[in-house]
Amino acid sequence: MPQPHLMIHIVPGKCDYCGCCVGVCPEDAIELMESKIALIEDRCTNCRKCVWACPWEVIEFHREGVGHLPKHTPQMLNEAVKF
Amino acid sequence: MKNVDYDIIVVGAGPAGSTAARYAAAGGAKVLMLEKDRDVGYPVRCGEAVSHEGVAQFIKPDPKWIASSVSKFRLIAPNGSSVMPKLDGGGYVLERRIFDYELAKLAANEGVEVITKAYVYDLLREDGKIVGVKTLIKDQKVDIRSKIVIAADGVESRVGKWAGMDTTCHIRDMESCAQMTLSGIEVDPDVLDFYFGDEVSPGGYLWVFPKGNDTANVGLGLSVEEAKKKSAIKFLHEFVDRKFPKAAILTHIAGGVPCAKTNPEIVKENVILVGDAAHQVNPVSGGGIISGMIGGMIGGQVAAESILNGNVAHLREYDKRWHKRLGWRHDIFYNIRNAIGSFDDKTYNNICDSALKLPEDKRTLGGIFRAALWNQPSMILDVAKVFLQ
Repeated sequence: MPQPHLMIHIVPGKCDYCGCCVGVCPEDAIELMESKIALIEDRCTNCRKCVWACPWEVIEFHREGVGHLPKHTPQMLNEAVKF
Repeated sequence: MKNVDYDIIVVGAGPAGSTAARYAAAGGAKVLMLEKDRDVGYPVRCGEAVSHEGVAQFIKPDPKWIASSVSKFRLIAPNGSSVMPKLDGGGYVLERRIFDYELAKLAANEGVEVITKAYVYDLLREDGKIVGVKTLIKDQKVDIRSKIVIAADGVESRVGKWAGMDTTCHIRDMESCAQMTLSGIEVDPDVLDFYFGDEVSPGGYLWVFPKGNDTANVGLGLSVEEAKKKSAIKFLHEFVDRKFPKAAILTHIAGGVPCAKTNPEIVKENVILVGDAAHQVNPVSGGGIISGMIGGMIGGQVAAESILNGNVAHLREYDKRWHKRLGWRHDIFYNIRNAIGSFDDKTYNNICDSALKLPEDKRTLGGIFRAALWNQPSMILDVAKVFLQ
């Protein structure tokens, strides 16, 4: 059963999109595309297998929940030049 | 995108997918192959070592995808002693990005259509039956119909799950891997190096596979049970800092290798799994290129036969032929893997010492294996099964 209190956090910018996490996920709760990765939150059971499997430490476990963590949305880094 | 139905859709254009597509088309089927990435063959997620014999079954060796030809391998024990036996028949370190491309071209030559940047996000169903795949092609949702779906979607396979097969790899069987391609180093282009022991890769091994005399793939894999304690990337950084501190890092990749027995189910209704998706990896070496291609070939052939005689139930034959050809060996290799996984540093040192006591001409893989058995008698039964068949 999915848990209301999500504790798994993927840091997308760190990810190599290798799929090791998807291979061990028993809930089919990770969507992986060419260079996008996302947790399907209502399927995740916080089992942590993806956290352990990730060769690059991209997936984090937060016992206190992930609600307070910033959402990873693309940001403009250079706004100095305006045309 | 032509508005046509296909006999067979292959999901994934790695070696297993391209080979499945090639043999399915050669068998008379109308085949479409979909690849989620922009390029076939890239990014590479692999140590890239294969045997001459394995490759030659499928493609004529060509210098453009051979980075190094190797004739020896060196086993390096935790105490630093090493033994260098001959490699029966020799091997190659590949340029996978070119190799995979060539395999896709062989498929295309048989009439296979290919679409890249085509992500399959679900199976297409009608009246409860699977009738094709749902894809996202360059951000457009497109449903494509076919009579059979071959899932060659790798370690991250989800197609099998959607068809009702449990393809989840147990964490004790999944190898969590990290690899760097290092340049500006000195390596012997003729030798594959394998390092063992708790310091480099507990329960697994670390490889240095040469690509010429100044470049090598340096990587390691360890069971997720071990990776829980310390990640693959940490082990790799420590080794590289110690051994190749001045190297330039040309690539830096992660990966997962399902070192398990073949998935219990590889056929369900009109869907079959091939390659890593089917866990068709040699569980001892973690090598999956050739075995995945063999799975792909058998899968493609059986799928084409099923199309030609209009009987999808014939797909069951794939499971039988795979197990007769390689699956039975992988079952036994899996038991050997579990025995090796329990070796400690002392055992590896002892194996190396006993191998060094062998006369040089007896230092073959078989000879070293016998030395290993001396240290781990419980393996004898499993090994006997492999060689007596």
